[in-house]
Amino acid sequence: MRSLKRAGAEGVVLLLATVIFLVPFSFMVLTAVKDDVQSADLDFAWPTNWPIVQNLVEVIEARDYILLRAFVNSIILTVASVTLIVIAGAMAAFVLQRRPGRVGAVANFLVLTGLIVPPAVVPTIWLLQAIGLFKTLPGLVLVEVAFGLAYAMLLFRAFIAAIPRELDQAAMMDGCGGLSLFFRVIFPLLRPVTITVVLTSSVRVFNDFVNPLYFLPGDDNATVQVTLYNFQSQYSTQWNLLFMDIVLITIPPLLAFVFFNRKIVAGMTAGSIKG
Amino acid sequence: MTKQAGPRTGPGPARTRRRSRPLTRNRSPYPYWLYLPAGAVFLLIFLVPTGLAFYFSLTRWTLFDSTFVGLENFRDFLAEQNLRVGFQNTLVYAVLTSGLKVVLGLGLGVLLTGRLRLRGFLRAVVFFPVLVSTVAVGITFSALLRPDTGLVNRALAVVGISGPDWLGDATTALLSVGLVDVWAGVGLATVIYIAGILSIPQDYYQAVAVDGGTAWHRFRHVTLPLSWPATYSVIILSLIGGLRSFEFVWTMTRGGPGFSSDVIASIIYKQYQAGFFGLSTAGNVLLFLIVTALVLPLNHFLGRRQVT
Amino acid sequence: MKTPPPALRTVVAVLATAALTACGASGDEQAGEQAGGSVTLSFLTGSDQSTVDTSKALADAFMKANPNIKIEIENQPGGSEGDNIIKTRLSTGEMSDVFWYNSGSLLQALNPAQTMVDLTGDPVLANVQPDYLPVVSQDGKAFGVPATTLAGGGILYNRKVYERLGLQVPKTWDEFMANNEKIKAANITPVVSTFKDTWTSQLFVLSDFYNVRAATPNFAADYTAGKAKFATTPAAIGGFQHLADVHAKGYMNKGFGSAVLDQGLKMLIEGTGAHYPMLTTLLPAQLENYPQTATDVGFFGLPGTDAAKHGATVWEPAALYIAKTTEHLDAAKKFLAFVASPAGTDAVTAAVRPSGPYRVKGSKLPEDALQVAKDLQVYIDQSATSPALEFLSPIKGPSLEQITVAVGSGLTPPAEGAAQYDKDVEKQAKQLGLAGW
Repeated sequence: MRSLKRAGAEGVVLLLATVIFLVPFSFMVLTAVKDDVQSADLDFAWPTNWPIVQNLVEVIEARDYILLRAFVNSIILTVASVTLIVIAGAMAAFVLQRRPGRVGAVANFLVLTGLIVPPAVVPTIWLLQAIGLFKTLPGLVLVEVAFGLAYAMLLFRAFIAAIPRELDQAAMMDGCGGLSLFFRVIFPLLRPVTITVVLTSSVRVFNDFVNPLYFLPGDDNATVQVTLYNFQSQYSTQWNLLFMDIVLITIPPLLAFVFFNRKIVAGMTAGSIKG
Repeated sequence: MTKQAGPRTGPGPARTRRRSRPLTRNRSPYPYWLYLPAGAVFLLIFLVPTGLAFYFSLTRWTLFDSTFVGLENFRDFLAEQNLRVGFQNTLVYAVLTSGLKVVLGLGLGVLLTGRLRLRGFLRAVVFFPVLVSTVAVGITFSALLRPDTGLVNRALAVVGISGPDWLGDATTALLSVGLVDVWAGVGLATVIYIAGILSIPQDYYQAVAVDGGTAWHRFRHVTLPLSWPATYSVIILSLIGGLRSFEFVWTMTRGGPGFSSDVIASIIYKQYQAGFFGLSTAGNVLLFLIVTALVLPLNHFLGRRQVT
Repeated sequence: MKTPPPALRTVVAVLATAALTACGASGDEQAGEQAGGSVTLSFLTGSDQSTVDTSKALADAFMKANPNIKIEIENQPGGSEGDNIIKTRLSTGEMSDVFWYNSGSLLQALNPAQTMVDLTGDPVLANVQPDYLPVVSQDGKAFGVPATTLAGGGILYNRKVYERLGLQVPKTWDEFMANNEKIKAANITPVVSTFKDTWTSQLFVLSDFYNVRAATPNFAADYTAGKAKFATTPAAIGGFQHLADVHAKGYMNKGFGSAVLDQGLKMLIEGTGAHYPMLTTLLPAQLENYPQTATDVGFFGLPGTDAAKHGATVWEPAALYIAKTTEHLDAAKKFLAFVASPAGTDAVTAAVRPSGPYRVKGSKLPEDALQVAKDLQVYIDQSATSPALEFLSPIKGPSLEQITVAVGSGLTPPAEGAAQYDKDVEKQAKQLGLAGW
């Protein structure tokens, strides 16, 4: 009886999730495989023709294989930025949470500022020009790190608060201090939230198109979202190609998510922090 | 700290401070230089340009040259014809979206850490919208919400309801955009909650199980209070996001029809697009003050909240 | 910390290699360029279909004629997002050698005197029609050459529908509304409206300018000086009133609030809609999917009150400009001279069938030009055209499109809409720092 009810509830949840989340997704995929005339209707009709390969090839070959270059750029950008965000953000959040006081109050306020204030584009360009990093990938990485730190720090800080200080003290008795305390004791315990930060920050950086547009212009430097942005107006009458591009640039992060999702599950079975 | 009291949460002052003092005096285990990497990048790439920008809010700025005009931009911004509507919309939008994200995120988080079969699949499904770019979400929902051929109204027609022109009607536009925002963002809230729930030591659940607690008991007395870091993060992040948000408004209605779904951020963005750079920067300064005025007390309140 | 795990080391190695190869490629390119003695021009252009096709046709034809000059096209989003990118790049000194941008009021905001190469009196302009030059000039200095064709702004109509219902092209607003009534009776949408693409809602107001000018010839100058207002000039309210009338009579398509340009054009071309207030330049991009666009769609100027004074409002073509920061001035000038020559316009005609006449001396409309281009030519031959207000005055309020949507959706009464627009214009004039505001 109970298991029957349970199965029923699961079925309802599954059905709801499928309808709410997968219907829009199937719309995107369907539109991506239609021909250009039918795709212009932007409706849910079944495709009359299936020019899948043709659409795929056309999108990949567009503008001299810009999409492939964009993938390389986006992956380098995302990996570099997220690594820096996680390490620098977790370190700073650790001190911020553990050591309140005047410095902490200022840092707290700056974190909120970072979340609230929108970036100032033109002054940032001036600054990057001054330090010679404008129109370079490292420059863009720094920009993404600067704009992404506050978000990561807020998450890390909240979760570090849940780690008992007894652990710090025990570690200090063992002669750990500062950096080693953080990296040997605290950071491993932050695994669930670290994975969350990695996920959210990667998505943010990978899906960002405003910053690459301004700080790293040019076809050679395009990132995947910039290709979408370019395609959007260029293919205004060819929705099938636009959606093919959308589907293609959504798949890699989806795969990354499935990978990290396994990690979360693994983290769960391995048992989490002991209080 | 005893187990019953639970771990301290929120960035409040530590009760153990007194005990750790002697150590701090020699060499703190929490040296300030851990701030250094984050602080350096943040200061250089964010604070310096932002400071410069704040100066330009006092000028008439064309990007090519600027004339100092004092507080004129602030006066002009406050005289903006649709600011009142925009302000109301901003509040409604932020409360609606962040509220739904907290509630749905928590629900999905509990569900997706439970013993549900197909858990992995469902996680991927819920998180998927986060991965899709805003532009794509906007186009897709604009199509699904079309008055005549859109899937939503066709489905409603099956049960005999004649649906409105969701995005083209002044009464439903903002609400529709808000719901799409929740659709796209709830995955983020959910993964934060999943992390929060997974960080709860298993011992607590075992303790409740020994007491013969029901699922509701478990949720009410363990999951809910001990996932507080997640709740705190989701509330703050999505409220700030909601107050500042305009991407979805912009891709789906551009603040329209007319000005009916304008939020403060979209008013600012329109000024920016019109080339009124000083004016839009002044608007950003004001928005910053408004958001800070709302979030700072909330942050303080949430941060101090103790687990009972 | 101990040594990084192998996986991490691999990642670092891959990153380093990728970074190196990325740098290496561009280095080689530059070396080759110098060795061959050739020049590479960068050319920033828009990304809508007809702009892309036009730019590509011009660049390809030019490179064929000048093998030692290579043109690299960079595309960027159009609309006001694009405006900001262009402004940012110009003000930070990062502009391409040559770029495509609007003429008229929008040009004024780019500070051309500071950022662009002055072409006044240069042989580059030899073939440009003299009456085009004011729209690419500031303080008497000319900066650009026309990149495409003149566009008519008014009513695009389906000629098949007119034929079937036995309708005549209206010369007054009353005749237009009478036509609409008959069209509605035949179960066809009389006036296609696509307010999701907000800019398309402005056409009733903007293309009414020929009529405004006919009634109050000094409007543009007085308006720029802050003396004439939309709300207090009866002829100028006309456009707002038209929007409200069309909405009040129920002449718009169902779901006009969420319809987009593409849907509107499709309705017009397929004949499910009869009229669409629009620019003629939007049509060539439709030819690929709908070849009947060339013959079935016609154009007439927005009807006014007096049949004897009927005419059309026109939009001057966008232009190509040279950034002051260019290092290849001679090559850039050579390219612009080619663009503004019959050879250049022929190259464009081969790629994009013109939807209006060129602004280059000696360039003729081809036989197979679109019907709308032929219709527009009639107005030009009769000298019954006026440039839109944005080509005669530097001020255009940025919120017009939202206001016209509100008026056209029945949310705001026309007089109030006009008054709101006056305020919007005032804001713009103040931001431009104009005298008299």
